[in-house]
Amino acid sequence: MLHLGDLRQPARAGAGRKGPLPAAAVADWPARFAELARAARDPRLQHFYAAGTVAGDTALQDVPMIAIDVETTGLDPARDEIVSIGVVPMDTTCIRSSASRYWVVRPRAELHPESVTLHAITHAQIEAAPDLADIVGDLLSALAGRVVVVHCREIERAFLEVALKARLGEGIEFPVIDTMELEARLHRAPPPGFLARLFGRRTAPVSIRLADSRERYGLPRYRAHHALTDALATAELLQAQLAHRFSPLTPLRALWR
Amino acid sequence: MQIEQLEILDFLRTHPPFDELPDEVLSRVAAVVDVRYYKAGASIVEFGQVAEFWHVVRSGAVEVFRRNGTLYNRLTAGGYFGEFGLLRNGRVRFPVTALEDTLLYLIPRELFAELFEQHERFADLVEVEDRTRLRQVMSRREESNDLLSATVETLVGRAAVTLPASASAREVAQRMSEEGVSSLLILEDNPDVPELPQLAGIVTDRDLRTRLVAPGLPYDTPATEIMSRGVVAVSHNQLVFEAMLAMLRRNVHHLPVLKNQRPLGVIALSDIIRYASRNSLFLVGSIFRQQSVDELAALVPEVRACFARMIAEDASANMIGSAMSAIGRSFKQRLLELAEAELGPPPLPYCFLALGSMARQEQLIVTDQDNALVLDNRFDPAQHDAYFKALAAFVSDGLARCGYSYCSGGVMASNEKWRQPLRVWERTFTDWIERPTPESLLNAGIFFDLDGVWGRVEWAARLRELIARKAKGNSRFLACMARNALLRTPPLGFFKDFVVESDGRHTRAINIKRRGTAPLADLVRVHALAIGSQSLNSFERLKDIIDAAILPLGRGQDLYDALEFIAMVRARHQAEDLAAGIEPDNGIDPEKLSEFERKSLRDAFLILGNAQKFLKYRYQPGRAN
Repeated sequence: MLHLGDLRQPARAGAGRKGPLPAAAVADWPARFAELARAARDPRLQHFYAAGTVAGDTALQDVPMIAIDVETTGLDPARDEIVSIGVVPMDTTCIRSSASRYWVVRPRAELHPESVTLHAITHAQIEAAPDLADIVGDLLSALAGRVVVVHCREIERAFLEVALKARLGEGIEFPVIDTMELEARLHRAPPPGFLARLFGRRTAPVSIRLADSRERYGLPRYRAHHALTDALATAELLQAQLAHRFSPLTPLRALWR
Repeated sequence: MQIEQLEILDFLRTHPPFDELPDEVLSRVAAVVDVRYYKAGASIVEFGQVAEFWHVVRSGAVEVFRRNGTLYNRLTAGGYFGEFGLLRNGRVRFPVTALEDTLLYLIPRELFAELFEQHERFADLVEVEDRTRLRQVMSRREESNDLLSATVETLVGRAAVTLPASASAREVAQRMSEEGVSSLLILEDNPDVPELPQLAGIVTDRDLRTRLVAPGLPYDTPATEIMSRGVVAVSHNQLVFEAMLAMLRRNVHHLPVLKNQRPLGVIALSDIIRYASRNSLFLVGSIFRQQSVDELAALVPEVRACFARMIAEDASANMIGSAMSAIGRSFKQRLLELAEAELGPPPLPYCFLALGSMARQEQLIVTDQDNALVLDNRFDPAQHDAYFKALAAFVSDGLARCGYSYCSGGVMASNEKWRQPLRVWERTFTDWIERPTPESLLNAGIFFDLDGVWGRVEWAARLRELIARKAKGNSRFLACMARNALLRTPPLGFFKDFVVESDGRHTRAINIKRRGTAPLADLVRVHALAIGSQSLNSFERLKDIIDAAILPLGRGQDLYDALEFIAMVRARHQAEDLAAGIEPDNGIDPEKLSEFERKSLRDAFLILGNAQKFLKYRYQPGRAN
């Protein structure tokens, strides 16, 4: 995951267009998936939706999940493109790193030199890479039937939406568990109360970036900006959050957005 | 297609035992690892559950327990567990709990089995039996010993002294005198290769004596008539060890060394001996040349340098202990010579005793002086003690100046209690052995390692014989000694930068003598006394103990390895202190231990701990031994 600027920036970047619905706004995701399976025209999307999704009242311990991270040429989904995608399947007890998948894809736009250094993906690798259209079937099969886990949902959802629209003529909808949002719940409390304002107590805001969040749970420091590493890092963060803050019996509804 | 996680691959690549695996195998391992997170306090595996994975700690810390709930080990990043269950019956043997928030890598049992089967070094490192690993460590150390790996070329100090076959015996003798050598090579023309004369024979000092002078031959006898033909020679790249064997087998004391068929030099048996205990012999020689305590004290830097050199040259703890004890003994002997020169000849015969580590030949660089005086039975305090008191004070003060600090327990000949006639010593030892109490023996252990260094050394042998005879089979005495030998216990191991005690407590540092070598020597002494061994050195005592078969099979060798390893760590850290300009001591800071030393030390502590349990069981009061 690429976090170059202020964390609100990705939200702004996607604000100009009609984005997918937040997960919490959908009352019944299994029903929504059934509806989307009927409406979708592309067979790969039909397949993805037909695999269904678990209901919001499912206990976490029964939820198959998959952590995903995309690396992009920049932060604006309207202009920038995906260069790599990493996915790591998981559940509450185990991260199936052994079933990880990773794709480098060739963006249609020009690559910024600075993002090349960030991702450690070379021009040569990108030249040799397929278009996202060629791997979208594999990607959707990997995601099918699993609840997607990301750190900062706007990026993944917005970029996938745009990329699929450009290639399949239709976007994609799915619920996500956002580890950054789970951190924000702890560290982005509502505006300070009366007393705090009165005494002007200000604490430095706690960072909810991936690396900083991981550190709070005693997770090791990884090199950022590799889609597969970041997906693993996100999966580990979620396991840590679950171990510390949620019972395995918590309904999925409490987490996804 | 399997994709390895780079972070997993990088982690494995830099941690043992994975660093022993080839890259392509590592990539495969990294691609099949799964990951789990455990909150502090969570149970990771429970006793008896099916062992599916081999676990590697990526971050955090875990505690491994024995089945009875006592702490077995504490592991941090890079630690691993579960091999026991996987290799045995497929059930978890040691329950494990997360001590901190912990991230674990899970390696499937099939892959672990494959790695274990196919990669020997990997298997060596994760070997289930801790003691086996230590044995492997020690045998690798022994293999890497210089004596076994150095080539004879390194021993050749000077070019070969040669003469043509036409030389006379007299010319040979003159040449040898000029060159100051004890042997000379005779070369003769090689009909095939004229520019490369060949080795015809060797003439030694001994040949001049037995083949020329004794039979009364004239000095102009041709050298070829008194030389030894069919000379045994070694090639310059043969091992020192092989050269030594060749000398012993052929019963010769000089070996020509050839390089490309030309004589490079000659090595003598004495070269090999000097090499084996490198430098320490020279130092001993110089001790006896010093004319005053001041001069002796000036040798202290050389003693330390010799110690550091032996460690740098990878000598074993046993070799270092012998060499340092020989040096210590020489200091005592020279000081006694100087004392007698100053005080005049002694009024009565006496024997100066070395006690403790010097008697056992296990001295290192930081050591107390433990000594005593055995006096002739005609000793009359009023008449004679002034002399012996002065003698003891001279030696004791001299030793303190030479780096052997005063014994804090007062076990020194300068203490009148330890300046007694032989019959009193005999009575004292008899009392200690026949009417023992743990209290009376508490500080007496040190006296059971005694060696005569000067004077009537046969009295020391007589006391040793008395001890061996009376102690053997005396269950009450042995039980008391065993009880005292259990007072000092080893720690459990290391965790982060702490020492972990068996009850889980943490300490900052350990005294490796008090927690390692000393309790080991105590333990070995009890067994040695039980079998009537008169050996002093712990390694030799262990050999006697192994021969007497009183320990379960293999345990004697384990103790041998444990003692060697702990002593070596102690010696190495003292050498590091010396190199850093710090006054060396026996304190070990876990921070300074390598991962390898931590693991092996833990193995050694475990062996010691188990051996103490066995000691306690074996020497119960009233039990027939």
